Amino acid sequence: MTQNIIEINDVSKIYHLGGEVVKALDGISLNVEKGEFVAIIGPSGSGKSTLMNIIGCLDVPTKGEYALDGKSIKDYNDNGLAKVRNEKIGFIFQQFNLLSRLTALENVELPLVYQGIEAKERRQIAMDCLKRVGLENRYTHYPNQLSGGQQQRVAIARALASRPSILLADEPTGALDSKTGKEVIEMIKEINREGQTVILITHDLKVAQSARRQIVLADGKIVEQGGEV
Amino acid sequence: MSIAQAVKMALKNIYTNKLRSLLTMLGIIIGVAAVIALVSIGNGATTKVTDQVKSLGSNLINVNIQGRGVQRSISYDQAMSYKNIKEVKYVSPILSANTNVSSENITKKVSIDGINDEYQKIREYDVDYGRFILPIDVDYRQKVAVLGSNIVYELFGSSNPIGNYIKINGSSYKVVGVLAEKEASMMENINDKIIIPISSAQRQFKSAGVNAIYIQATSEHTVEAAKEKIEKKLLKYFKNDDDSFRLFNQQDMLKTMGTITTTLTMALGGIAGISLVVGGIGIMNIMLVSVTERTREIGIRKAIGAKKRDILIQFLIESVVLSTIGGIIGVGVGLLMAKGASSVLDLQFVVSLNTILLSVGFSWFVGVIFGLYPANKAAKMNPIDALRYE
Ligand SMILES: Nc1ncnc2c1ncn2[C@@H]1O[C@H](COP(=O)(O)OP(=O)(O)OP(=O)(O)O)[C@@H](O)[C@H]1O
Ligand SMILES: [Mg+2]
Repeated sequence: MTQNIIEINDVSKIYHLGGEVVKALDGISLNVEKGEFVAIIGPSGSGKSTLMNIIGCLDVPTKGEYALDGKSIKDYNDNGLAKVRNEKIGFIFQQFNLLSRLTALENVELPLVYQGIEAKERRQIAMDCLKRVGLENRYTHYPNQLSGGQQQRVAIARALASRPSILLADEPTGALDSKTGKEVIEMIKEINREGQTVILITHDLKVAQSARRQIVLADGKIVEQGGEV
Repeated sequence: MSIAQAVKMALKNIYTNKLRSLLTMLGIIIGVAAVIALVSIGNGATTKVTDQVKSLGSNLINVNIQGRGVQRSISYDQAMSYKNIKEVKYVSPILSANTNVSSENITKKVSIDGINDEYQKIREYDVDYGRFILPIDVDYRQKVAVLGSNIVYELFGSSNPIGNYIKINGSSYKVVGVLAEKEASMMENINDKIIIPISSAQRQFKSAGVNAIYIQATSEHTVEAAKEKIEKKLLKYFKNDDDSFRLFNQQDMLKTMGTITTTLTMALGGIAGISLVVGGIGIMNIMLVSVTERTREIGIRKAIGAKKRDILIQFLIESVVLSTIGGIIGVGVGLLMAKGASSVLDLQFVVSLNTILLSVGFSWFVGVIFGLYPANKAAKMNPIDALRYE
C-alpha cells in the first residue's frame, strides 16, 4: 500500500518586485510517497528553495493546492503552520543554522522544547538522536567548538528529534568539503533506509543519481522526472 | 514552551551578555535606588520632626501673643486664670528676651525665658544639678537662674556653677540649677537658654505682659475642648481680634509637619519615578537592538516550530527578568544609600516594605510595558526573511 505524504497540485509562487513579476514556481505538481528519497536539482534561481520552503510550510503558495499528510495547508493558521513545522518537518540547511549560544544537546532539544516535552524525556530523545549521528560524546560542545561536518550532523539530529514525516535538506553539503559532504549524504541515505522520507536539494549529479528519484527544475517548472516513479 | 523554560533561557542570555545586561539594567537600578533612598530619607525626616514635636511635651497647647489692636498684651495673672478651666492641668506663661549675660569669664548674648514652676512639668525637663525654679521664686521675684547645659559650659567652663552669680543686663542672678541636656529641635534649643522666674523677668525687661503661654491639657482627649475654651477666653480678652494671638496644639503642628513632609517625600519619590521610566526606555532600546541582532535566531526558532507566542514570551520575559533583576539590585543599592544618608543626616533609618514592593513591582511593570514592543516586533517576523537575514 502506498501513501502520499506530499500532494502538490499546480502550485505557483509569484513575487512582485517593484513592477516586475517573478514566477519562482510556475504550476508545479508533485506527489511524494512515504519512505521515498527524492532529489531536486536544477540551475540556480530555478525555484528549488522556494519549493522546499513551501513543502516545509515556511511559506505558502500563491496559487494551487498543497496537502501534507492528507491535510491541505490552507486549513492551518499561523500557529497551525508552526505546529506542522514543529511536528512533521525536519529542516537541514546549507548554513547548519544551529543556535550558537546553545550546546549541541540543547540545539537538538529545541524542537521538543516547543512541543512542551518534559526536560528529562527531552534529554533522552535528544541524546538518542545525537547517538544516531555519532556525536553522543560531543553533546556539551557549542557549535563553534565543532567542525562543519559535525555541526551539520547536529543539525540532522535536531531535524530528527521530533520524528518528522519528512526530512527536508536544502543543499546540506554546500558549506562542506567533498569528503565530509559525502559522509553527511551517506548519513542521510542511511536515515532514509531506516524508513524516513527525505527530500534533498543538491547540485551534485552523482548524489542526485543515488536517490531513488530525481526532479529537475528550471524556471519554476518541473522539466524532468527520473528514477522509479 | 513553559514560562520556567523561558525564564531559564532569559537568565542564560542575560548571563552571556553580562556587561550589556548590566548597562541595560543601570537605568532601572538607579531609578529604584533613588526611589528607595529618597522615600526612606523622607520617612526618616518625618519621624524626626514628629519626635521633635512630641518632645515639646504631651497634650500641649501653645499660645503666642502677637499684641495688636486695643488690647496689646496679656498679664501673668490673666494667663494663669486659664488654669481654672476644667480641662487644663498646667499653665506656664513665658516672657522671653535676648540679652547680654556675663560671668566672670565672658559676656554673651543669650535667650532668656521667664517662666514659672509649671514650665518644668509641661516641657518635661530634668535638672542635672541643683534645682528648678520654685513657686516661691516667682512669688518673691527671686533673682535666680537655671542654665541650659551648653550655656553653663560657655559661662563657667567645667567648674561648678551652683551658687555662683551671673549678670543679666547688669543685675546679678544666682545660679541654682543646671538642666539636663535635651536634644535640640528645629524650634528651639533649650541647652542654649537661661531660665529665670517670670516675675523677675517682667521687672528685668520692663514688661507687664507675657509673650507666650504653654498650657497642658489634662489628657489627650481634653486637648480640643481645652483649646476651644481658651480660644473663647482669648477672643473675649482681645475684643474679637484674632490676629492678636496664635493658638495651636501639638496635633495641629503634627498635622502641618506631616503634610509638608509627605508632600516632600512624594515629590522626591515622583522625581525618582521618572528616572524609572527613563530606565524602561533604556531597556526598550537594548531589546530592540537585541531583536535585530537575533533575527536569524528568531528565523531558526520559527523554522523548527516556535509559535508567535513562544517568541513573544521569550523576549518579553527577557525584558521583565532584566528589569526585575535591576529592580532588586536597585533596592539593595537604595537601602545602602538610605542607610548611609540617614547616619550622615542623623535620621532614623526607616525601611518601608511598601516602597520596596512598589518599586520592584513598578520595575517589573516597566519591563512588561517597554518589552512589549520589541517582543512583538520579534514575534511578527516572517520566518523566511528572518532566516535569510545576515
Ligand atoms: N522573497 C523573494 N522576493 C522576490 N523574489 C524571490 C524571493 N525569493 C526568491 N525569489 C526569486 O525566486 C526565484 C527562485 O529562487 P530560489 O531561491 O527558489 O532558487 P534556487 O533554485 O533555490 O537557487 P539556488 O540554487 O541558487 O539556491 C529566484 O529568481 C529568486 O530571485
Ligand atoms: Mg536555494
